[in-house]
Amino acid sequence: MLSQESLKRIDREVAKYPAGKQQSAVMAALRIAQEERGWLAGETIEFVAHYLGMPAIAAYEVASFYNMYDLQPVGKYKLTVCTNLPCALSGGVHAADYLKQKLGIDFNDTTPDGKFTLKEGECMGACGDAPVMLVNNIRMKSFMTPEEIEKLLAECK
Amino acid sequence: MALIEAINPLLTAGWTKGDAGWGIKDYEARGGYQALKRILAEKLTQDQVIAEVKTSVLRGRGGAGFPTGLKWSFMPKAAPEKYVVCNTDEGEPGTFKDRDILRYDPHSVIEGMIIAGYAVGAARGYNYIHGEIFEIYERFEQALAEARTAGYLGMNILGSGLDFDLFAHQGWGAYICGEESALLESIEGKKGQPRFKPPFPAQVGLFGKPTTINNTETFAAIPFVMRMGGSAYLDLGKPNNGGTKLFSVSGQVNKPGNYEVPMGTPFARLLEMAGGMRGGRKLKAVIPGGSSAPVLPADVIMECTLDYDSIAKAGSMLGSGAVIVMDETVCMVKALERLSYFYYEESCGQCTPCREGTGWLHKIVHRIEHGQGRPEDLDLLLDLGGNIAGRTICALGDAAVLPVQGMLKHFRSEFEYHIEHQRCLVPPDVQKAGSAFHTRMMAGAAC
Repeated sequence: MLSQESLKRIDREVAKYPAGKQQSAVMAALRIAQEERGWLAGETIEFVAHYLGMPAIAAYEVASFYNMYDLQPVGKYKLTVCTNLPCALSGGVHAADYLKQKLGIDFNDTTPDGKFTLKEGECMGACGDAPVMLVNNIRMKSFMTPEEIEKLLAECK
Repeated sequence: MALIEAINPLLTAGWTKGDAGWGIKDYEARGGYQALKRILAEKLTQDQVIAEVKTSVLRGRGGAGFPTGLKWSFMPKAAPEKYVVCNTDEGEPGTFKDRDILRYDPHSVIEGMIIAGYAVGAARGYNYIHGEIFEIYERFEQALAEARTAGYLGMNILGSGLDFDLFAHQGWGAYICGEESALLESIEGKKGQPRFKPPFPAQVGLFGKPTTINNTETFAAIPFVMRMGGSAYLDLGKPNNGGTKLFSVSGQVNKPGNYEVPMGTPFARLLEMAGGMRGGRKLKAVIPGGSSAPVLPADVIMECTLDYDSIAKAGSMLGSGAVIVMDETVCMVKALERLSYFYYEESCGQCTPCREGTGWLHKIVHRIEHGQGRPEDLDLLLDLGGNIAGRTICALGDAAVLPVQGMLKHFRSEFEYHIEHQRCLVPPDVQKAGSAFHTRMMAGAAC
């Protein structure tokens, strides 16, 4: 189900916790699984649960509680824009509007070619860099003026 | 003209912007790990370390302002298995200081946590890092590897017989995990839903064991407290508010960013450091301590100094030191609508008053903003707030209510105008220009 490389990475996470507490690694394990599979299907979550020796429902609870897990397929590039107040004061909402217009989609939609998914994000803890967006959860892009957004879109092949 | 002569940063003094300067060699070159070495070499007792921290009146930098030394002293001495946990789940809108601390100076947090582990007798620690700053999490893991290689982490640290190891745990998008007991649940691999207290983490914490949880900035300050001594650290600030503090300034200023100033610095000075108001516009209001803090109008905040006591006296809270600056282009109804949505979105759903109440708060502010408000809505909001605050397991319910109360206290007439005229006092094009999305030249971040 998951590659040897992913399993090795999960094992490294398990080693951070005391013996018998491998459930603690479920957040990282689901993140690693999502990275490999693109999103978390039910069977992927079950596999992770089984691998960590925890009930599938407990892993599903985690996957559905934290909002950076994708329980539905997303585009190749998931762009999450923070629109919370501090970011909005410096253009967060307008950056999101710009992307909506540019990509022709609304929040939670994916472009027909499957390339981009747009999400509205909550505070990313980078309000001084507004407008801020995340690319595929792990890469933060700061000071996203119209020119920077254009550059980012061009980079996303 | 500067309002006070000079500001000497402490925590941020050695920071180098960019990707250089965060590593262990640079940290050691600026005096890093000296505090730990001295504690181990001079064999200071646990009580001596805690006493020094108590003397410093270092108060928790995550928002609650609880005295750190006192918190450490609550840890039971005899327990065989204890933990130290760092809260870097920085998701309170307006707060972005811990990200920079870990980005530019991760070893100060590592050293602070080792010292804390020594003081409370814990052999293992975790740093819980906000999921959205994954690049920072990866850097922290690199810093941990450096510290392990250098012998600061692991068994028998620097030959002293002290064992302490430290690991990074990632969040993945849940504001509630900044609440300490939700954070512990999350490290245990569960939904981040807060626990009933008591028992407090010092009795029953991570994996059911005694645990000390502090904010990133608190741990980062510990090496400085130990190096310069508690009373010298206290003297940097003002009585009952020891040391310096990082303030994250966001919103409509020319240079948003983190600024480290002594506790008790006038707000006006911080605003000046942040480059003043964007476009020279007029200051309207400030949320002084993260989105949960009640808003203060310009004339009130301009008279405040930045410390727990002054801001509390003005009717708000210093919180995490997140200063959200708003100018005259901002519609306060729209501002509150966005904040109310945040609490609704982030309520963990455990307690009915919060789960249902945050939805109601948002729904009502939303309809006022969209021209469908009713005259009785403002009293309804306050009534609702009274049924949420203080009736939930954790403080998220209160945090959702405080912004509503603050806005209605100071800007009630704007809400009334919306209800009466079905539109905003501030014209839409003025509001739009306020964000400067299409026009702003990037001034670059501060320290």
